[in-house]
Amino acid sequence: MANEVNIRSAIRSAALEAQFRFKRPGHAAGAFELHVDFQIDSGITILFGPSGAGKSTLLDCIAGLLKPGSARIALNGEILQDSATHIFLSPQQRRLAYLFQSPALFPHLTVEQNVSFGLNNSNEGDRASRAQDLLAAFRVEHLARRKPGQISGGEAQRVALARSLVTSPRALLLDEPLKGLDSELKSAIFDDLRAWNRVRQLPILYVTHQRDEVDALSERVIAIDRGQIIAQGAPHSVLDAPRKKRLAYAAGFENHLSAVVQDVRESDGVMRVRLASSETELEVPLGYAAAGTRVHIAIRAGDILLAARKPEGLSARNILDGTIDSMEVMGTTVVCRVSAGAMFLVHVTPGALRSLGLVPGQRVWLVIKTHSCHLVEE
Amino acid sequence: MEALWLSLCLAFCVAAILLVVGTPLAYWLSQTRWRGKFLIESVIALPLVLPPTVLGFYLLVVMGTDGPLGKLWTAWFGHTLAFTFAGLIIASVLYSLPFAVQPLVMAFESVDTRLLDAGAILGAGRWRIFRQILLPLSLPGVITAVVLSFAHTLGEFGVVLMVGGNIPGVTRTVSIDIYDHVQSLDYAAANRMAIALVFISFAVLSTIYAVNRRVWSPWPTK
Repeated sequence: MANEVNIRSAIRSAALEAQFRFKRPGHAAGAFELHVDFQIDSGITILFGPSGAGKSTLLDCIAGLLKPGSARIALNGEILQDSATHIFLSPQQRRLAYLFQSPALFPHLTVEQNVSFGLNNSNEGDRASRAQDLLAAFRVEHLARRKPGQISGGEAQRVALARSLVTSPRALLLDEPLKGLDSELKSAIFDDLRAWNRVRQLPILYVTHQRDEVDALSERVIAIDRGQIIAQGAPHSVLDAPRKKRLAYAAGFENHLSAVVQDVRESDGVMRVRLASSETELEVPLGYAAAGTRVHIAIRAGDILLAARKPEGLSARNILDGTIDSMEVMGTTVVCRVSAGAMFLVHVTPGALRSLGLVPGQRVWLVIKTHSCHLVEE
Repeated sequence: MEALWLSLCLAFCVAAILLVVGTPLAYWLSQTRWRGKFLIESVIALPLVLPPTVLGFYLLVVMGTDGPLGKLWTAWFGHTLAFTFAGLIIASVLYSLPFAVQPLVMAFESVDTRLLDAGAILGAGRWRIFRQILLPLSLPGVITAVVLSFAHTLGEFGVVLMVGGNIPGVTRTVSIDIYDHVQSLDYAAANRMAIALVFISFAVLSTIYAVNRRVWSPWPTK
Protein backbone atom coordinates (compact mmCIF):
# COMPACT_ATOMS: atom_id res chain seq x y z
CA MET A 1 0.00 0.00 0.00
CA ALA A 2 2.72 2.38 1.01
CA ASN A 3 4.57 1.39 -2.11
CA GLU A 4 1.65 2.26 -4.30
CA VAL A 5 1.37 5.69 -2.71
CA ASN A 6 5.05 6.23 -3.41
CA ILE A 7 4.67 5.30 -7.03
CA ARG A 8 1.65 7.54 -7.35
CA SER A 9 3.41 10.52 -5.91
CA ALA A 10 6.41 9.82 -8.11
CA ILE A 11 4.24 9.83 -11.21
CA ARG A 12 2.37 12.87 -10.02
CA SER A 13 5.45 15.01 -9.99
CA ALA A 14 3.81 18.23 -11.14
CA ALA A 15 0.36 19.52 -10.32
CA LEU A 16 -0.30 21.08 -13.71
CA GLU A 17 1.37 19.96 -16.90
CA ALA A 18 0.75 21.68 -20.19
CA GLN A 19 2.22 21.36 -23.61
CA PHE A 20 0.38 22.80 -26.53
CA ARG A 21 0.50 24.78 -29.70
CA PHE A 22 -2.19 27.32 -30.42
CA LYS A 23 -2.41 29.22 -33.67
CA ARG A 24 -4.54 32.28 -34.07
CA PRO A 25 -5.02 32.80 -37.77
CA GLY A 26 -4.78 36.26 -39.20
CA HIS A 27 -2.85 38.52 -41.47
CA ALA A 28 0.81 39.23 -40.91
CA ALA A 29 0.31 41.40 -37.84
CA GLY A 30 -2.66 39.54 -36.41
CA ALA A 31 -1.27 36.03 -36.78
CA PHE A 32 0.08 34.62 -33.60
CA GLU A 33 1.40 31.30 -32.45
CA LEU A 34 1.68 30.15 -28.89
CA HIS A 35 3.91 27.15 -28.32
CA VAL A 36 4.61 26.16 -24.74
CA ASP A 37 5.64 23.20 -22.63
CA PHE A 38 5.81 23.57 -18.88
CA GLN A 39 4.92 22.04 -15.54
CA ILE A 40 4.05 23.77 -12.32
CA ASP A 41 3.73 22.57 -8.75
CA SER A 42 1.38 23.65 -6.03
CA GLY A 43 1.87 27.20 -4.84
CA ILE A 44 2.24 30.37 -6.86
CA THR A 45 3.99 30.42 -10.22
CA ILE A 46 4.29 33.73 -11.99
CA LEU A 47 3.77 33.92 -15.73
CA PHE A 48 5.69 37.01 -16.69
CA GLY A 49 6.03 38.77 -20.00
CA PRO A 50 5.28 41.94 -21.95
CA SER A 51 1.81 42.73 -23.30
CA GLY A 52 0.98 40.68 -26.34
CA ALA A 53 3.30 37.85 -25.29
CA GLY A 54 0.40 35.41 -25.20
CA LYS A 55 -0.18 35.19 -21.46
CA SER A 56 -3.97 35.51 -21.55
CA THR A 57 -4.20 33.17 -24.52
CA LEU A 58 -2.21 30.60 -22.57
CA LEU A 59 -4.64 30.79 -19.64
CA ASP A 60 -7.64 30.57 -21.98
CA CYS A 61 -6.20 27.34 -23.43
CA ILE A 62 -5.72 25.83 -19.98
CA ALA A 63 -9.21 26.87 -18.92
CA GLY A 64 -10.75 25.32 -22.04
CA LEU A 65 -12.10 28.60 -23.39
CA LEU A 66 -9.82 28.16 -26.38
CA LYS A 67 -9.05 24.82 -27.98
CA PRO A 68 -5.43 24.51 -29.09
CA GLY A 69 -4.93 22.30 -32.09
CA SER A 70 -2.32 20.01 -30.65
CA ALA A 71 -2.21 19.78 -26.91
CA ARG A 72 -1.73 17.71 -23.82
CA ILE A 73 -2.88 19.38 -20.62
CA ALA A 74 -3.23 17.50 -17.35
CA LEU A 75 -4.11 18.49 -13.82
CA ASN A 76 -3.03 16.22 -10.96
CA GLY A 77 -2.67 13.42 -13.50
CA GLU A 78 -6.16 13.89 -14.94
CA ILE A 79 -6.24 14.75 -18.62
CA LEU A 80 -7.98 18.03 -19.43
CA GLN A 81 -7.11 17.89 -23.09
CA ASP A 82 -5.25 15.37 -25.18
CA SER A 83 -5.45 15.90 -28.90
CA ALA A 84 -3.91 12.46 -29.54
CA THR A 85 -6.92 10.73 -27.96
CA HIS A 86 -9.42 13.50 -28.79
CA ILE A 87 -10.14 14.26 -25.15
CA PHE A 88 -11.32 17.80 -24.51
CA LEU A 89 -12.99 18.69 -21.24
CA SER A 90 -15.25 21.73 -21.40
CA PRO A 91 -14.54 24.68 -19.10
CA GLN A 92 -17.49 23.50 -16.98
CA GLN A 93 -15.89 20.08 -16.46
CA ARG A 94 -12.41 21.33 -15.63
CA ARG A 95 -13.25 22.79 -12.22
CA LEU A 96 -10.65 25.55 -12.33
CA ALA A 97 -10.84 29.06 -11.01
CA TYR A 98 -10.03 31.75 -13.55
CA LEU A 99 -9.84 35.44 -12.74
CA PHE A 100 -9.75 37.75 -15.74
CA GLN A 101 -8.15 41.15 -16.02
CA SER A 102 -11.57 42.66 -15.38
CA PRO A 103 -13.54 41.33 -12.41
CA ALA A 104 -16.33 40.30 -14.84
CA LEU A 105 -18.93 40.32 -12.07
CA PHE A 106 -22.48 39.78 -13.29
CA PRO A 107 -23.82 43.35 -13.15
CA HIS A 108 -27.46 42.39 -12.66
CA LEU A 109 -26.81 40.17 -9.62
CA THR A 110 -25.89 41.18 -6.09
CA VAL A 111 -22.43 40.44 -4.73
CA GLU A 112 -23.80 37.47 -2.83
CA GLN A 113 -25.65 36.12 -5.88
CA ASN A 114 -22.45 36.50 -7.88
CA VAL A 115 -20.50 34.46 -5.38
CA SER A 116 -23.15 31.74 -5.06
CA PHE A 117 -23.58 31.48 -8.85
CA GLY A 118 -21.09 28.63 -9.00
CA LEU A 119 -22.97 26.63 -6.35
CA ASN A 120 -25.95 25.73 -8.45
CA ASN A 121 -26.20 22.17 -7.22
CA SER A 122 -26.36 22.77 -3.50
CA ASN A 123 -29.48 23.76 -1.59
CA GLU A 124 -30.36 27.35 -0.77
CA GLY A 125 -29.03 27.33 2.81
CA ASP A 126 -25.68 25.75 1.93
CA ARG A 127 -25.19 28.21 -0.93
CA ALA A 128 -25.78 31.20 1.28
CA SER A 129 -23.49 30.04 4.08
CA ARG A 130 -20.71 29.01 1.69
CA ALA A 131 -20.93 32.35 -0.12
CA GLN A 132 -20.79 34.12 3.23
CA ASP A 133 -17.67 32.14 4.22
CA LEU A 134 -15.82 33.13 1.06
CA LEU A 135 -16.91 36.77 1.28
CA ALA A 136 -15.63 36.81 4.85
CA ALA A 137 -12.30 35.22 3.85
CA PHE A 138 -11.73 38.10 1.46
CA ARG A 139 -13.23 40.71 3.80
CA VAL A 140 -16.13 41.80 1.66
CA GLU A 141 -19.05 40.26 3.58
CA HIS A 142 -20.47 43.71 4.26
CA LEU A 143 -21.05 44.19 0.52
CA ALA A 144 -23.24 41.09 0.10
CA ARG A 145 -26.42 42.97 -0.86
CA ARG A 146 -24.78 45.52 -3.17
CA LYS A 147 -24.65 45.39 -6.95
CA PRO A 148 -21.22 45.32 -8.65
CA GLY A 149 -21.81 48.87 -9.95
CA GLN A 150 -21.88 50.13 -6.37
CA ILE A 151 -18.51 48.87 -5.12
CA SER A 152 -14.92 49.99 -5.73
CA GLY A 153 -12.42 48.36 -8.08
CA GLY A 154 -10.47 46.74 -5.27
CA GLU A 155 -13.65 45.41 -3.69
CA ALA A 156 -14.79 44.07 -7.07
CA GLN A 157 -11.54 42.12 -7.43
CA ARG A 158 -11.95 40.67 -3.94
CA VAL A 159 -15.51 39.62 -4.79
CA ALA A 160 -14.32 38.11 -8.09
CA LEU A 161 -11.65 36.17 -6.21
CA ALA A 162 -14.24 34.90 -3.70
CA ARG A 163 -16.60 33.96 -6.54
CA SER A 164 -13.96 31.98 -8.40
CA LEU A 165 -12.89 30.07 -5.27
CA VAL A 166 -16.37 29.17 -4.07
CA THR A 167 -16.56 26.14 -6.35
CA SER A 168 -13.57 24.43 -4.65
CA PRO A 169 -11.44 24.64 -7.78
CA ARG A 170 -8.45 22.38 -8.34
CA ALA A 171 -6.20 25.11 -9.70
CA LEU A 172 -6.22 28.89 -9.99
CA LEU A 173 -5.56 30.94 -13.08
CA LEU A 174 -5.14 34.63 -12.31
CA ASP A 175 -4.74 37.03 -15.22
CA GLU A 176 -3.37 40.33 -13.90
CA PRO A 177 -6.26 40.43 -11.45
CA LEU A 178 -4.85 43.36 -9.49
CA LYS A 179 -4.17 45.65 -12.40
CA GLY A 180 -4.70 49.26 -11.44
CA LEU A 181 -4.81 48.72 -7.69
CA ASP A 182 -2.30 50.45 -5.43
CA SER A 183 0.47 48.36 -3.94
CA GLU A 184 -0.87 48.47 -0.39
CA LEU A 185 -4.20 47.07 -1.50
CA LYS A 186 -2.38 44.52 -3.64
CA SER A 187 -0.25 43.15 -0.84
CA ALA A 188 -3.32 42.90 1.42
CA ILE A 189 -5.08 40.81 -1.23
CA PHE A 190 -1.92 38.72 -1.74
CA ASP A 191 -1.85 37.98 1.99
CA ASP A 192 -5.47 36.83 1.95
CA LEU A 193 -4.83 34.68 -1.11
CA ARG A 194 -1.76 33.08 0.47
CA ALA A 195 -3.67 32.41 3.69
CA TRP A 196 -6.46 30.81 1.71
CA ASN A 197 -4.03 28.57 -0.19
CA ARG A 198 -1.92 27.58 2.81
CA VAL A 199 -4.08 24.57 3.65
CA ARG A 200 -5.26 23.82 0.14
CA GLN A 201 -1.91 23.83 -1.64
CA LEU A 202 -3.39 24.38 -5.08
CA PRO A 203 -1.28 25.24 -8.10
CA ILE A 204 -1.73 28.93 -8.91
CA LEU A 205 -0.66 30.41 -12.21
CA TYR A 206 -0.43 34.16 -11.83
CA VAL A 207 -0.02 36.34 -14.90
CA THR A 208 1.54 39.76 -14.64
CA HIS A 209 3.86 42.12 -16.44
CA GLN A 210 4.55 44.16 -13.35
CA ARG A 211 7.81 43.76 -11.56
CA ASP A 212 6.49 44.70 -8.09
CA GLU A 213 3.96 41.87 -8.22
CA VAL A 214 6.69 39.38 -9.09
CA ASP A 215 8.77 40.55 -6.15
CA ALA A 216 5.79 40.46 -3.78
CA LEU A 217 4.48 37.05 -4.73
CA SER A 218 6.77 34.81 -6.42
CA GLU A 219 8.27 31.50 -5.75
CA ARG A 220 8.90 30.59 -9.35
CA VAL A 221 8.73 32.54 -12.60
CA ILE A 222 8.04 31.48 -16.16
CA ALA A 223 8.98 34.21 -18.60
CA ILE A 224 7.15 34.25 -21.90
CA ASP A 225 7.58 36.36 -24.99
CA ARG A 226 5.99 36.18 -28.42
CA GLY A 227 4.27 32.94 -27.61
CA GLN A 228 7.38 31.15 -26.38
CA ILE A 229 8.75 30.37 -22.95
CA ILE A 230 12.15 32.06 -22.86
CA ALA A 231 13.24 31.42 -19.28
CA GLN A 232 12.01 29.82 -16.09
CA GLY A 233 13.26 29.46 -12.54
CA ALA A 234 13.75 31.60 -9.45
CA PRO A 235 12.64 35.22 -9.92
CA HIS A 236 16.05 36.86 -9.61
CA SER A 237 17.71 34.51 -12.08
CA VAL A 238 14.95 34.93 -14.65
CA LEU A 239 14.33 38.63 -14.32
CA ASP A 240 17.65 40.16 -13.32
CA ALA A 241 19.59 38.73 -16.21
CA PRO A 242 17.13 38.97 -19.05
CA ARG A 243 18.21 36.93 -21.99
CA LYS A 244 16.03 38.49 -24.59
CA LYS A 245 16.10 42.12 -25.41
CA ARG A 246 12.32 42.52 -25.52
CA LEU A 247 11.86 41.02 -22.09
CA ALA A 248 14.30 43.52 -20.64
CA TYR A 249 11.86 46.32 -21.34
CA ALA A 250 9.24 44.60 -19.27
CA ALA A 251 11.68 43.83 -16.47
CA GLY A 252 12.45 47.48 -16.05
CA PHE A 253 15.68 47.97 -17.97
CA GLU A 254 15.40 51.39 -19.50
CA ASN A 255 18.84 51.51 -21.12
CA HIS A 256 19.73 49.35 -24.08
CA LEU A 257 23.12 49.78 -25.64
CA SER A 258 24.61 48.22 -28.68
CA ALA A 259 28.33 47.49 -28.24
CA VAL A 260 31.30 45.54 -29.60
CA VAL A 261 33.45 43.33 -27.37
CA GLN A 262 37.01 44.74 -27.14
CA ASP A 263 38.84 42.28 -24.93
CA VAL A 264 37.89 39.44 -22.62
CA ARG A 265 39.55 39.11 -19.19
CA GLU A 266 38.46 35.68 -18.14
CA SER A 267 40.45 35.62 -14.90
CA ASP A 268 38.70 38.80 -13.73
CA GLY A 269 35.32 37.56 -14.95
CA VAL A 270 34.80 40.70 -16.99
CA MET A 271 35.15 42.03 -20.50
CA ARG A 272 35.42 45.47 -21.98
CA VAL A 273 33.01 46.59 -24.65
CA ARG A 274 32.95 49.73 -26.77
CA LEU A 275 29.60 51.40 -27.38
CA ALA A 276 28.56 51.54 -31.00
CA SER A 277 29.40 54.80 -32.78
CA SER A 278 31.45 56.25 -29.92
CA GLU A 279 34.72 55.88 -28.09
CA THR A 280 33.08 55.16 -24.75
CA GLU A 281 34.05 51.88 -23.16
CA LEU A 282 32.26 49.88 -20.47
CA GLU A 283 33.37 47.03 -18.27
CA VAL A 284 30.68 44.36 -18.18
CA PRO A 285 30.40 40.83 -16.75
CA LEU A 286 31.89 38.04 -18.79
CA GLY A 287 29.56 36.62 -21.41
CA TYR A 288 29.78 34.00 -24.09
CA ALA A 289 31.18 36.39 -26.64
CA ALA A 290 34.58 36.62 -28.28
CA ALA A 291 36.38 39.88 -29.02
CA GLY A 292 34.87 41.66 -32.01
CA THR A 293 31.35 40.32 -31.56
CA ARG A 294 28.36 42.58 -31.22
CA VAL A 295 26.46 42.44 -27.92
CA HIS A 296 23.59 44.22 -26.24
CA ILE A 297 23.87 45.70 -22.78
CA ALA A 298 20.83 46.45 -20.60
CA ILE A 299 21.12 48.78 -17.60
CA ARG A 300 18.38 49.89 -15.23
CA ALA A 301 17.96 53.67 -15.02
CA GLY A 302 17.84 53.28 -11.24
CA ASP A 303 21.21 51.47 -11.15
CA ILE A 304 23.16 54.43 -12.52
CA LEU A 305 24.58 57.02 -10.13
CA LEU A 306 24.88 60.66 -11.13
CA ALA A 307 27.76 62.80 -9.85
CA ALA A 308 28.13 66.57 -10.26
CA ARG A 309 31.94 66.33 -9.79
CA LYS A 310 34.29 63.71 -11.09
CA PRO A 311 34.20 60.94 -8.46
CA GLU A 312 37.38 59.30 -7.17
CA GLY A 313 38.20 56.28 -5.09
CA LEU A 314 35.13 54.28 -6.06
CA SER A 315 34.90 50.54 -6.56
CA ALA A 316 32.62 51.06 -9.53
CA ARG A 317 34.56 50.37 -12.71
CA ASN A 318 32.59 52.53 -15.10
CA ILE A 319 32.71 56.30 -14.75
CA LEU A 320 31.48 58.08 -17.85
CA ASP A 321 31.81 61.78 -18.63
CA GLY A 322 28.64 63.34 -20.03
CA THR A 323 26.17 66.24 -20.13
CA ILE A 324 22.54 66.44 -19.08
CA ASP A 325 20.33 66.66 -22.12
CA SER A 326 16.92 67.03 -20.46
CA MET A 327 15.10 66.28 -17.25
CA GLU A 328 11.48 65.25 -16.67
CA VAL A 329 9.66 64.80 -13.37
CA MET A 330 7.49 61.66 -13.32
CA GLY A 331 5.79 61.32 -9.94
CA THR A 332 8.51 60.86 -7.34
CA THR A 333 11.20 60.12 -9.93
CA VAL A 334 13.17 62.50 -12.09
CA VAL A 335 14.14 60.99 -15.42
CA CYS A 336 17.39 62.52 -16.69
CA ARG A 337 18.59 62.00 -20.20
CA VAL A 338 22.35 62.12 -20.17
CA SER A 339 24.54 62.14 -23.25
CA ALA A 340 27.74 60.19 -22.57
CA GLY A 341 28.81 58.47 -25.75
CA ALA A 342 25.25 57.21 -25.97
CA MET A 343 22.00 58.51 -24.53
CA PHE A 344 21.52 57.15 -21.00
CA LEU A 345 18.31 57.33 -18.96
CA VAL A 346 19.06 57.91 -15.27
CA HIS A 347 16.54 57.99 -12.43
CA VAL A 348 17.20 60.29 -9.48
CA THR A 349 14.97 61.54 -6.68
CA PRO A 350 13.70 65.14 -6.66
CA GLY A 351 15.73 65.66 -3.45
CA ALA A 352 18.96 64.58 -5.15
CA LEU A 353 18.15 66.87 -8.04
CA ARG A 354 17.81 69.84 -5.68
CA SER A 355 20.92 69.12 -3.57
CA LEU A 356 23.12 68.59 -6.64
CA GLY A 357 21.51 71.60 -8.35
CA LEU A 358 21.31 69.76 -11.65
CA VAL A 359 20.25 71.68 -14.76
CA PRO A 360 20.13 70.73 -18.43
CA GLY A 361 23.45 71.32 -20.20
CA GLN A 362 25.46 70.64 -17.03
CA ARG A 363 28.49 68.36 -17.09
CA VAL A 364 27.99 65.20 -15.02
CA TRP A 365 29.58 61.80 -14.45
CA LEU A 366 27.73 58.51 -14.66
CA VAL A 367 28.79 55.77 -12.26
CA ILE A 368 27.83 52.22 -13.27
CA LYS A 369 28.88 49.03 -11.48
CA THR A 370 30.10 46.21 -13.68
CA HIS A 371 27.35 43.91 -12.48
CA SER A 372 24.65 46.48 -13.20
CA CYS A 373 25.44 45.90 -16.87
CA HIS A 374 23.45 42.94 -18.13
CA LEU A 375 24.27 41.12 -21.30
CA VAL A 376 21.24 40.53 -23.44
CA GLU A 377 20.88 38.11 -26.31
CA GLU A 378 19.47 39.40 -29.54
CA MET B 1 -63.21 49.94 -34.65
CA GLU B 2 -63.25 46.36 -35.82
CA ALA B 3 -60.26 47.13 -38.04
CA LEU B 4 -58.32 48.65 -35.15
CA TRP B 5 -58.96 45.64 -32.93
CA LEU B 6 -57.87 43.32 -35.75
CA SER B 7 -54.63 45.29 -36.24
CA LEU B 8 -53.83 45.17 -32.52
CA CYS B 9 -54.50 41.41 -32.45
CA LEU B 10 -52.29 40.89 -35.46
CA ALA B 11 -49.48 43.04 -34.05
CA PHE B 12 -49.66 41.28 -30.70
CA CYS B 13 -49.53 37.79 -32.25
CA VAL B 14 -46.68 38.73 -34.59
CA ALA B 15 -44.62 40.31 -31.78
CA ALA B 16 -45.12 37.21 -29.61
CA ILE B 17 -44.17 34.81 -32.41
CA LEU B 18 -41.14 36.91 -33.36
CA LEU B 19 -39.94 36.88 -29.75
CA VAL B 20 -40.08 33.09 -29.70
CA VAL B 21 -38.59 32.61 -33.18
CA GLY B 22 -36.25 35.60 -33.26
CA THR B 23 -34.50 34.98 -29.93
CA PRO B 24 -32.89 31.61 -30.79
CA LEU B 25 -32.13 32.87 -34.31
CA ALA B 26 -30.45 36.00 -32.96
CA TYR B 27 -28.58 33.96 -30.32
CA TRP B 28 -27.25 31.67 -32.99
CA LEU B 29 -26.22 34.62 -35.19
CA SER B 30 -24.44 36.30 -32.29
CA GLN B 31 -22.49 33.18 -31.27
CA THR B 32 -21.70 31.37 -34.51
CA ARG B 33 -18.33 31.59 -36.19
CA TRP B 34 -19.71 30.10 -39.40
CA ARG B 35 -18.37 31.91 -42.42
CA GLY B 36 -21.65 31.83 -44.31
CA LYS B 37 -23.40 33.77 -41.57
CA PHE B 38 -23.62 36.89 -43.73
CA LEU B 39 -25.92 35.03 -46.14
CA ILE B 40 -28.48 34.39 -43.40
CA GLU B 41 -28.14 38.00 -42.23
CA SER B 42 -28.82 39.24 -45.74
CA VAL B 43 -31.90 37.05 -46.14
CA ILE B 44 -33.30 38.29 -42.82
CA ALA B 45 -32.64 41.91 -43.82
CA LEU B 46 -34.28 41.59 -47.26
CA PRO B 47 -37.70 42.95 -46.13
CA LEU B 48 -35.92 46.18 -45.17
CA VAL B 49 -35.02 46.97 -48.76
CA LEU B 50 -37.62 45.18 -50.88
CA PRO B 51 -40.90 46.94 -51.63
CA PRO B 52 -43.68 45.21 -49.67
CA THR B 53 -45.35 44.32 -52.94
CA VAL B 54 -42.44 42.06 -53.94
CA LEU B 55 -42.54 40.14 -50.65
CA GLY B 56 -46.33 40.11 -50.79
CA PHE B 57 -46.35 38.83 -54.35
CA TYR B 58 -44.09 35.86 -53.62
CA LEU B 59 -45.94 35.09 -50.39
CA LEU B 60 -49.17 35.07 -52.33
CA VAL B 61 -47.64 32.64 -54.84
CA VAL B 62 -46.35 30.36 -52.09
CA MET B 63 -49.50 30.54 -49.98
CA GLY B 64 -52.01 30.44 -52.86
CA THR B 65 -54.13 27.39 -53.66
CA ASP B 66 -51.43 26.05 -56.00
CA GLY B 67 -48.43 27.15 -53.91
CA PRO B 68 -46.48 24.58 -51.84
CA LEU B 69 -47.39 26.11 -48.48
CA GLY B 70 -50.98 26.76 -49.61
CA LYS B 71 -51.43 23.11 -50.67
CA LEU B 72 -50.01 21.82 -47.40
CA TRP B 73 -52.25 24.17 -45.43
CA THR B 74 -55.35 23.18 -47.37
CA ALA B 75 -54.56 19.50 -46.86
CA TRP B 76 -54.26 19.99 -43.09
CA PHE B 77 -56.96 22.55 -42.32
CA GLY B 78 -59.37 22.16 -45.20
CA HIS B 79 -59.33 25.82 -46.26
CA THR B 80 -56.90 28.05 -48.13
CA LEU B 81 -54.17 30.05 -46.41
CA ALA B 82 -54.18 33.20 -48.53
CA PHE B 83 -56.73 35.86 -47.52
CA THR B 84 -57.01 34.52 -43.95
CA PHE B 85 -55.83 35.88 -40.60
CA ALA B 86 -53.31 33.03 -40.29
CA GLY B 87 -51.88 33.91 -43.68
CA LEU B 88 -51.60 37.50 -42.55
CA ILE B 89 -49.65 36.43 -39.46
CA ILE B 90 -47.18 34.36 -41.50
CA ALA B 91 -46.62 37.22 -43.93
CA SER B 92 -46.21 39.78 -41.14
CA VAL B 93 -43.75 37.59 -39.23
CA LEU B 94 -41.50 37.43 -42.28
CA TYR B 95 -41.96 41.11 -43.04
CA SER B 96 -41.09 42.22 -39.48
CA LEU B 97 -38.35 39.64 -38.88
CA PRO B 98 -35.39 42.07 -39.23
CA PHE B 99 -37.02 44.46 -36.75
CA ALA B 100 -36.93 41.74 -34.12
CA VAL B 101 -33.68 39.96 -34.99
CA GLN B 102 -31.40 42.97 -35.43
CA PRO B 103 -31.95 44.55 -31.98
CA LEU B 104 -31.62 41.11 -30.40
CA VAL B 105 -28.33 40.36 -32.18
CA MET B 106 -27.02 43.80 -31.22
CA ALA B 107 -28.00 43.25 -27.60
CA PHE B 108 -26.48 39.76 -27.42
CA GLU B 109 -23.26 40.90 -29.06
CA SER B 110 -22.87 43.86 -26.73
CA VAL B 111 -22.73 41.63 -23.65
CA ASP B 112 -19.10 41.26 -22.52
CA THR B 113 -18.01 37.76 -23.58
CA ARG B 114 -15.91 37.52 -20.43
CA LEU B 115 -19.18 37.40 -18.45
CA LEU B 116 -20.24 34.36 -20.47
CA ASP B 117 -16.76 32.85 -20.01
CA ALA B 118 -17.02 33.47 -16.28
CA GLY B 119 -20.34 31.62 -16.24
CA ALA B 120 -18.80 28.64 -18.05
CA ILE B 121 -15.81 28.54 -15.69
CA LEU B 122 -18.24 28.55 -12.75
CA GLY B 123 -19.84 25.43 -14.19
CA ALA B 124 -22.97 26.85 -15.81
CA GLY B 125 -24.09 25.13 -19.02
CA ARG B 126 -25.09 26.97 -22.19
CA TRP B 127 -28.78 27.15 -21.30
CA ARG B 128 -28.12 28.48 -17.81
CA ILE B 129 -25.65 31.06 -19.14
CA PHE B 130 -28.24 32.16 -21.70
CA ARG B 131 -31.10 32.32 -19.21
CA GLN B 132 -29.31 33.82 -16.22
CA ILE B 133 -26.61 36.01 -17.78
CA LEU B 134 -27.10 36.77 -21.47
CA LEU B 135 -30.87 37.28 -21.52
CA PRO B 136 -31.16 39.51 -18.41
CA LEU B 137 -28.30 41.67 -19.66
CA SER B 138 -29.95 41.91 -23.09
CA LEU B 139 -33.33 42.95 -21.72
CA PRO B 140 -33.31 46.43 -23.33
CA GLY B 141 -32.67 44.78 -26.71
CA VAL B 142 -35.48 42.28 -26.12
CA ILE B 143 -37.90 45.08 -25.30
CA THR B 144 -36.82 47.05 -28.34
CA ALA B 145 -37.31 43.98 -30.53
CA VAL B 146 -40.83 43.35 -29.24
CA VAL B 147 -41.86 47.00 -29.57
CA LEU B 148 -40.43 47.43 -33.03
CA SER B 149 -42.06 44.29 -34.36
CA PHE B 150 -45.36 45.28 -32.74
CA ALA B 151 -45.27 48.84 -34.09
CA HIS B 152 -44.04 47.80 -37.52
CA THR B 153 -46.80 45.22 -37.88
CA LEU B 154 -49.42 47.69 -36.69
CA GLY B 155 -48.50 50.09 -39.48
CA GLU B 156 -47.94 47.71 -42.39
CA PHE B 157 -49.95 48.11 -45.55
CA GLY B 158 -48.45 46.70 -48.73
CA VAL B 159 -47.96 43.12 -47.63
CA VAL B 160 -51.38 42.99 -46.00
CA LEU B 161 -53.02 44.25 -49.15
CA MET B 162 -51.24 41.64 -51.29
CA VAL B 163 -51.70 38.62 -49.03
CA GLY B 164 -54.78 39.45 -46.98
CA GLY B 165 -56.97 41.36 -49.34
CA ASN B 166 -59.74 43.32 -47.70
CA ILE B 167 -62.13 41.08 -45.78
CA PRO B 168 -63.80 42.89 -42.87
CA GLY B 169 -63.05 41.25 -39.53
CA VAL B 170 -60.53 38.85 -41.07
CA THR B 171 -57.86 40.76 -42.95
CA ARG B 172 -59.10 44.34 -43.03
CA THR B 173 -56.54 46.09 -40.82
CA VAL B 174 -56.44 49.76 -39.87
CA SER B 175 -54.19 50.84 -42.71
CA ILE B 176 -56.41 49.12 -45.28
CA ASP B 177 -59.47 50.61 -43.65
CA ILE B 178 -58.02 54.11 -43.87
CA TYR B 179 -57.11 53.56 -47.51
CA ASP B 180 -60.67 52.37 -48.18
CA HIS B 181 -62.23 55.39 -46.52
CA VAL B 182 -60.03 57.73 -48.51
CA GLN B 183 -60.92 55.94 -51.73
CA SER B 184 -64.61 56.46 -50.98
CA LEU B 185 -63.89 60.10 -50.02
CA ASP B 186 -65.05 59.53 -46.42
CA TYR B 187 -62.31 61.73 -44.92
CA ALA B 188 -63.96 61.96 -41.51
CA ALA B 189 -63.87 58.18 -41.02
CA ALA B 190 -60.30 58.02 -42.36
CA ASN B 191 -59.26 60.70 -39.94
CA ARG B 192 -60.81 58.90 -36.94
CA MET B 193 -58.83 55.76 -37.74
CA ALA B 194 -55.64 57.60 -38.58
CA ILE B 195 -55.72 59.60 -35.34
CA ALA B 196 -56.36 56.45 -33.32
CA LEU B 197 -53.35 54.80 -34.96
CA VAL B 198 -51.13 57.82 -34.33
CA PHE B 199 -52.07 57.90 -30.64
CA ILE B 200 -51.69 54.18 -30.09
CA SER B 201 -48.30 54.11 -31.81
CA PHE B 202 -47.11 57.13 -29.86
CA ALA B 203 -48.33 55.69 -26.56
CA VAL B 204 -46.61 52.36 -27.15
CA LEU B 205 -43.33 53.88 -28.25
CA SER B 206 -43.15 56.51 -25.53
CA THR B 207 -44.03 54.03 -22.80
CA ILE B 208 -41.33 51.67 -23.95
CA TYR B 209 -38.66 54.32 -24.38
CA ALA B 210 -39.42 55.63 -20.90
CA VAL B 211 -39.13 52.13 -19.46
CA ASN B 212 -36.12 51.27 -21.55
CA ARG B 213 -34.05 54.03 -20.03
CA ARG B 214 -34.64 52.55 -16.61
CA VAL B 215 -33.87 49.08 -17.88
CA TRP B 216 -30.45 50.31 -18.95
CA SER B 217 -29.41 51.34 -15.46
CA PRO B 218 -28.23 47.95 -14.06
CA TRP B 219 -25.83 47.86 -16.98
CA PRO B 220 -22.19 47.83 -15.76
CA THR B 221 -20.17 51.01 -15.72
CA LYS B 222 -17.92 50.42 -18.69
